[in-house]
Amino acid sequence: MDMTAILLQQMVNAIFLGSIYALIALGYTMVYGIIELINFAHGELFTAGAFIGVIVLTALQQIGWVESHFVLTLFITFGLAMAYVAVLGVAVEHVAYKPLRNSSRLSALLSALGMSIFLSNGMMLSQGVSDRPYPQVFGLDAIEIFGARITNGQIFIVLLAIALMVGLQLFVHRTRLGKAMRATAQNRTMARMLGINIDQTIRITFMIGPALGAAAGVMVGLHYGAVRFDMGFIFMIKAFAAAILGGIGSIPGAMLGGLIIGTIEVGWAAFLPSAWKDVTTFTVLIMVLYFKPSGLLGESSSEARV
Amino acid sequence: MVRQELRKLATYLFFLAILIIPMLGFRSTSFESQRAFKTLAVFSAILVLNFVVKAFRRGRNTVRAKEKSWVERAGERINQVPRIYTIGGLILLALTFPLIANNYMIDVGITCLIYISLGLGLNIVVGLCGLLDLGYIAFYAVGAYTYSLLNLSLGLSFWAALPIGIILGMICGCIIGYPTLKMRGDYLAIVTLGFGEIVRLVLNNWDSLTAGPNGLFGMKRPALYFPDFTEGGLTWTTYYLKSLPALYYLILIIVIFTIIGVRRLDNSRIGRAWIAIREDETAAELSGVPTIWIKLLAYALGAAFASVAGAFFAAKLSYTNPNFFLFMESCIVLCIVVLGGVGSIPGIIVAGFILIAVPEVFRGLENYRMLAFGAIMTTMMVLKPEGLIPASRRRREIHGSDRHKQEAFDTSEH
Repeated sequence: MDMTAILLQQMVNAIFLGSIYALIALGYTMVYGIIELINFAHGELFTAGAFIGVIVLTALQQIGWVESHFVLTLFITFGLAMAYVAVLGVAVEHVAYKPLRNSSRLSALLSALGMSIFLSNGMMLSQGVSDRPYPQVFGLDAIEIFGARITNGQIFIVLLAIALMVGLQLFVHRTRLGKAMRATAQNRTMARMLGINIDQTIRITFMIGPALGAAAGVMVGLHYGAVRFDMGFIFMIKAFAAAILGGIGSIPGAMLGGLIIGTIEVGWAAFLPSAWKDVTTFTVLIMVLYFKPSGLLGESSSEARV
Repeated sequence: MVRQELRKLATYLFFLAILIIPMLGFRSTSFESQRAFKTLAVFSAILVLNFVVKAFRRGRNTVRAKEKSWVERAGERINQVPRIYTIGGLILLALTFPLIANNYMIDVGITCLIYISLGLGLNIVVGLCGLLDLGYIAFYAVGAYTYSLLNLSLGLSFWAALPIGIILGMICGCIIGYPTLKMRGDYLAIVTLGFGEIVRLVLNNWDSLTAGPNGLFGMKRPALYFPDFTEGGLTWTTYYLKSLPALYYLILIIVIFTIIGVRRLDNSRIGRAWIAIREDETAAELSGVPTIWIKLLAYALGAAFASVAGAFFAAKLSYTNPNFFLFMESCIVLCIVVLGGVGSIPGIIVAGFILIAVPEVFRGLENYRMLAFGAIMTTMMVLKPEGLIPASRRRREIHGSDRHKQEAFDTSEH
């Protein structure tokens, strides 16, 4: 392969990885925007989505639907994973965050962390400690563009991720509920005075954010071919770095941040010692927080939250 | 009113069931209902009990407003006994423990004490200064690796390496602390988490120095030196602390020194400055507290205590490897601090024993340990954020406002 092909290949990988990080980052950014709390359990909700995906997909493969109803299979898998994780997200919110909405920041953070540990170990107990193989539904068919290989699976995943993000953007900016969400994020007290049901708005945020994370989980499973109970941790930190980099609370920011983090990681792994790629991501996270805590597209008001 | 509360409780239990049943009920694809429902029953019982106690107390509050909780009353009862008996008794118990226990129990005791000293160190950062540090275990790693490397390459003894380890730990604390000075709350948590992981990854990847994932081994145990006059001149006899009881006494001394140190700090000008920062950083700064230095000091001192514990840990095992310093370890230490009561020294000691020794007793439930830790953390925060044995200041802070209101109400009536 010549240099352009390598570069192009890495760019494809970066876009692929970046869109997954962006999807997870959206969950953080939405929740942070609305209740100003890092949802530590988000990484575990993402993993839960991946596990539901593997369970549903294996079941559908056994009854032969993967061959006969391919599109329907994917639809059911993503739908069920997202629906289940949305319910789980609301449960987490109700059990661990809602009682602490008016208490100190430290209590809420510790509660979120406890939830994260609980969920990750719960998944370990119920799904086992080893890698769970994902059914390979996409096969190995690929398109070659200037020597770069793009698999069908990658194309599907990137398109779905873009569709979900566009859908979210439309939801937040074109619907009443989206407007309520934006209002709550801006000023909760004022929103309540204007008759917005705060509890319901927060609950919807906790459905949409984790559901997007669950979709990302299924995508990761489909692409890498395996899921593990503790994979949420590393994805969580990277997605969080993406959310911060783009400006927390900003939805286009999360997408941009995801792409940048994906590019950095893929670029580093391709040309420099890949054992250090995670160190690079963490360093980027710390540098962004230090030098520009409002992020690339964040509103300047978020400085006050730091 | 009660009906509304009941409905709230029912909703809460419903969502709790959504959380618990799939996490505990499934094993791969088969459903084992018993385990899940048992756990759910335990949690429901706790919540219902809490609800009943609350309702009961509310009913009584109208009659007797200044009812004290049993913890407070127990604390007062204990305080009436002269201090020399209570603390002396505890120290005597700790001293005689190796005489009555077998080696396994002593080993568990050592682990407990290591975690207690870590908890006390983290207490400075989280409990007193209010900075949530999720990468605390990194300092423990710094201590362990400093001693290992100095002992293996330069042959330095434990006691000579200890001050170097402490200084390196403090420097690392400042390095981590410095960029986070401007941050508060959540961002701080995530940055310290990132730093903790960076330290672990560096230890894991820097093969030429740290031997990577294989770890370092063959470090000497801590030694005692006795003067020896038999052969003419003065020579020193070295006695390595190899047996478990000897190591137990060493870590006991370290823990006692840590307790004294943390107590003195808590009651000092610096301690009050930390608490001022925890309560309101802006107000503290305006009152003349040099917040930057005081925060850095919290990181550095917390790191110093962890570094001592780490050096002891490496010396005790005579082996160290990056996987001892996972994020989960930070969570365990944090859980000790939270369960015991943020800022409370006796609380941390009790919580350390509960969280480290009790899982050893129930060996069969080993896998459930971390699950329980997570659940404990959330439950404590929801039900009793001040911890098992709350620090007196913290208790006032959490319940104080209610009491003031009550008192104001009382006076207005008269």
